[in-house]
Amino acid sequence: MPDGHIGEEMVLSFDAKRAKRLLIVGPLFDEANKFRHQIAEIMRKLNSRGIDSFLPDLPGCNESLAPFDKQSLAHWRAGVAAAAANFRATDILAVRSGCWLVPEDGAGWLYAPAKPQQVLRSMLRARILSAKEAGREESSDALMEVARENGIDLAGWSLGPELVCEIEATEFAAPSGYRIVEQADVGGKPLWLRAENDHDPAQADAIVAMIAAEAPGA
Amino acid sequence: MTAETAQAEPTGPSRSDIDQTLRAILRDVLGLDQAQVDGFDGDTGLFGHLPELDSMAVAGLLTEMEDRLDIVIEDEDVDGEMLESYSGLLAFAEAKVIES
Repeated sequence: MPDGHIGEEMVLSFDAKRAKRLLIVGPLFDEANKFRHQIAEIMRKLNSRGIDSFLPDLPGCNESLAPFDKQSLAHWRAGVAAAAANFRATDILAVRSGCWLVPEDGAGWLYAPAKPQQVLRSMLRARILSAKEAGREESSDALMEVARENGIDLAGWSLGPELVCEIEATEFAAPSGYRIVEQADVGGKPLWLRAENDHDPAQADAIVAMIAAEAPGA
Repeated sequence: MTAETAQAEPTGPSRSDIDQTLRAILRDVLGLDQAQVDGFDGDTGLFGHLPELDSMAVAGLLTEMEDRLDIVIEDEDVDGEMLESYSGLLAFAEAKVIES
């Protein structure tokens, strides 16, 4: 909820009350759509390896009814922490920009963490390119000046001023309980770069094998 | 000049590295296999020629170029000419790497 309360959100889950319970934090913005299929594939494979998994909607994202333009990294972090407690998650797998949101005291895997300024830069660039195609000149500096005060629509997402300032100021650093998993560890082409959404069963297998081998109690 | 750049023999390892890196990024963005991107020539059309290469995909491509080639791309660097064909993008990347 915009006032800081954590409301009810939808969750995609495989819950058979097993010992290993993985909370998944997907990427934000455009990459959320790009990874949806792949994450569902990972969850199905985890299920067949005896691991429960939970993919909650972040407030304002996917099926959530909360307004996107009222969201902030702080609020999403609180949502992730609440979900981890609610589902009694034993570990967390975060993907790309989802890595910014994991609880400091948690443990798990951070898959190809995105750099906050780079994500913002890409979205600004997409907007400037669209404007250019429509015959309008825009610049990152001018857009950011307005965005810090009033928020901004970027690539179909309505970012509030708080979120803009947080992303601009965030230097991502992995909390100590998590292991960073690079694309080279997974193999194949990075799905977030793909112009058209895709999924890759071999990459999902690699991630699931790693989680099954390394999760506590394995 | 751009046509020459694409057709000339590579003059040094760094230049062919840039070419290989750029092909690898396009392979990842477009979901092609290596043989397909190896077949790109200077005239291969990009932005405006490939429907899947929309503004978000191009933005991702430019950000990935910054990351893998260690360059900074300014708003004003980005124009239709550099994005239109493979030779335009390669010439731009080579100029940026020299500049940085």
